[in-house]
Amino acid sequence: MIQISNIEKRFGEVTALNKVSLSVPRGELFGLIGPDGAGKTTLFRIISSLMIPDAGEAKVAGLDVVKDYVAIRRLVGYMPGRFSLYQDLSVLENLSFFASIFKTTIDENYDLIRDIYVQIEPFKHRPAGKLSGGMKQKLALCCALVHKPELLILDEPTTGVDAVSRIEFWDILRRLKDLGITIIVSTPYMDEASLCERIALIQEGRLMSIDTPEVVAGSFPHSLFAVKTNNFFLLLNHLREWKEALSAYSFGEYVHFTPGTEQITERAICDFLKEKGHTEIQVNKTKPTVEDSFMSLMLKKQNQNAS
Amino acid sequence: MKAFIKKELFHIFRDYRTMLILFGMPVVQVLIFGYAITNEIKDAKVAILDQSGDVLSSRFVSKLTASGYFEVDRTLDHPSQIEPAFREGRVKQVIVIPSGFGTDFGLQKQVTIQILGDASDPNTANMLKTYTMAILNDFQMQELGKQSLPVDVKVEPLMFYNPELKGVYMFVPGTMAIILMLVSAMMTSISIAREKELGTMEVLLVSPLRPWQIIIGKVIPYVALSFINALLILSLGWFVFGVPIIGSKGFLLIEVLLFIIMSLSLGIFISTISPTQQVAMLLSMFALMLPTILLSGFIFPVENMPTVLQWLSNLMPSRWFIIIVRDIMLKGSGIAYLWKETMIIFGMTLFFIGLSIVNFKLRLD
Repeated sequence: MIQISNIEKRFGEVTALNKVSLSVPRGELFGLIGPDGAGKTTLFRIISSLMIPDAGEAKVAGLDVVKDYVAIRRLVGYMPGRFSLYQDLSVLENLSFFASIFKTTIDENYDLIRDIYVQIEPFKHRPAGKLSGGMKQKLALCCALVHKPELLILDEPTTGVDAVSRIEFWDILRRLKDLGITIIVSTPYMDEASLCERIALIQEGRLMSIDTPEVVAGSFPHSLFAVKTNNFFLLLNHLREWKEALSAYSFGEYVHFTPGTEQITERAICDFLKEKGHTEIQVNKTKPTVEDSFMSLMLKKQNQNAS
Repeated sequence: MKAFIKKELFHIFRDYRTMLILFGMPVVQVLIFGYAITNEIKDAKVAILDQSGDVLSSRFVSKLTASGYFEVDRTLDHPSQIEPAFREGRVKQVIVIPSGFGTDFGLQKQVTIQILGDASDPNTANMLKTYTMAILNDFQMQELGKQSLPVDVKVEPLMFYNPELKGVYMFVPGTMAIILMLVSAMMTSISIAREKELGTMEVLLVSPLRPWQIIIGKVIPYVALSFINALLILSLGWFVFGVPIIGSKGFLLIEVLLFIIMSLSLGIFISTISPTQQVAMLLSMFALMLPTILLSGFIFPVENMPTVLQWLSNLMPSRWFIIIVRDIMLKGSGIAYLWKETMIIFGMTLFFIGLSIVNFKLRLD
């Protein structure tokens, strides 16, 4: 569905995308994971024909994003990162407006949006600007879906949305995928990565790893310990200052600690922390997640840059 | 397209500020220009220093007040009171009648009357002086009867097209130019810039809508609203101030429509170069409003400007529009006389449409 090879995009001095290559088969739910400013939005804008790459080639359904942009714009449903509907129009007015600019009607593709639309239907006469964050995103999704696109491009759809709505939103995405729609979605939340079929980690305009969430998580090259004591703040500092440490960062209520060598065991960590005066010490070997992989990739890159 | 226009109308009618600018402003502006900002003199306050105090001098004073242009605010007793009177600010002119005015006049000697004006407002001072002199001339004729000069050259001015020199005749075309410019150019540029600012332009661009469809959809509601505005101004002029429309009303409306389209294309051009509503607004204000008011000949006659500004004023679409409207309304001119001005506006329209097409972006920067 999407073929991208060696895309580059610069804004003045800043390189937003650096030789990005990517391919997404038809019907996949693909996630682009990375922090703010990593280049996610730029990549999505190039795919949706809103921007021209400085170098490289991008194709959507075999159509070139630069030359065949008119045809692409019919196939694509695009939901920008910022809420981009008319705030002074009601839910229903927004939806029928977007239906009509795609020369269709709400009724025609109602099957596709029904599951989502029923949730916002009670507010259909309310101005879109007065909806809650989750409702806004559902409406925006309806508007992007109303013309039955083959490819759905969602730029950070869950940013600023409460936890419950985020879960609901991902349920919806999985259902849409089952209907055969290719979906690419970006998110800064690592925990959403495991909900995609395949993910790409992006950092400073470079794709670092593209694979299934399991493989990406499994690619973590070291052993990993979840550590918890009575003093979280000192724990983080002590572990970071330890000569055996490769990395330590907070992960929920735990600190995820990676030792520099494989010789370090739970026992050794425990002893070290006791020595530093910690009590209620818990140390468990844990399975790496996508976030751990991401942190380790980032760390590796920083070290490369430093040396 | 229909949906687009409908959506645009929703935007306009739901925003009370837009509505206020659209329909409140024309009415207020016409009324302000019609009533307040006028060059006509009415009941100007004068002070009289009558050192003669005879029958003739009081006859002159009453002739002065009977004209309706002047009102005697006070009578002074001594020249030293003149300055304080001006300082107070109420008195705009002081007329000094010398002692022995009546006697000398009777003896057919040279008589001098002194007119002192408050030139801190030069236009008014000048005008009051002219009015006073005219009344004085009249008074002289009347008092001397036929025994005056052996050869008598009488000047009988007759003002064509606006015999009473009513300011409002001038202000209706001018106000129309300002309002249409404002509504059309500023409102469209702001509303397009708003789509950019709020990110909705991104969604519109990704849709199969072609750029010209987006633009036409944006513009049509404003064409209609501007046209209604023009009708509103014309009827206000007609019913409230009695400004006539001598020429063809159809031709006038066609010219109005042309000017509206010109302003809209200017507005679209502005929106293509402004990223936010604020920039669009400032650009329209400074690039359009001020020149329209100052350089179009609406308030200051173009003939009196320095050459550079005269040349600049040629670039003001409203300058030509004001000429067209004034000539149609007051002189009844037709296309035979106004084709040149019409072509200029038409040319400007094409120019701005071309510029907008070149500038309109199919994509984001």
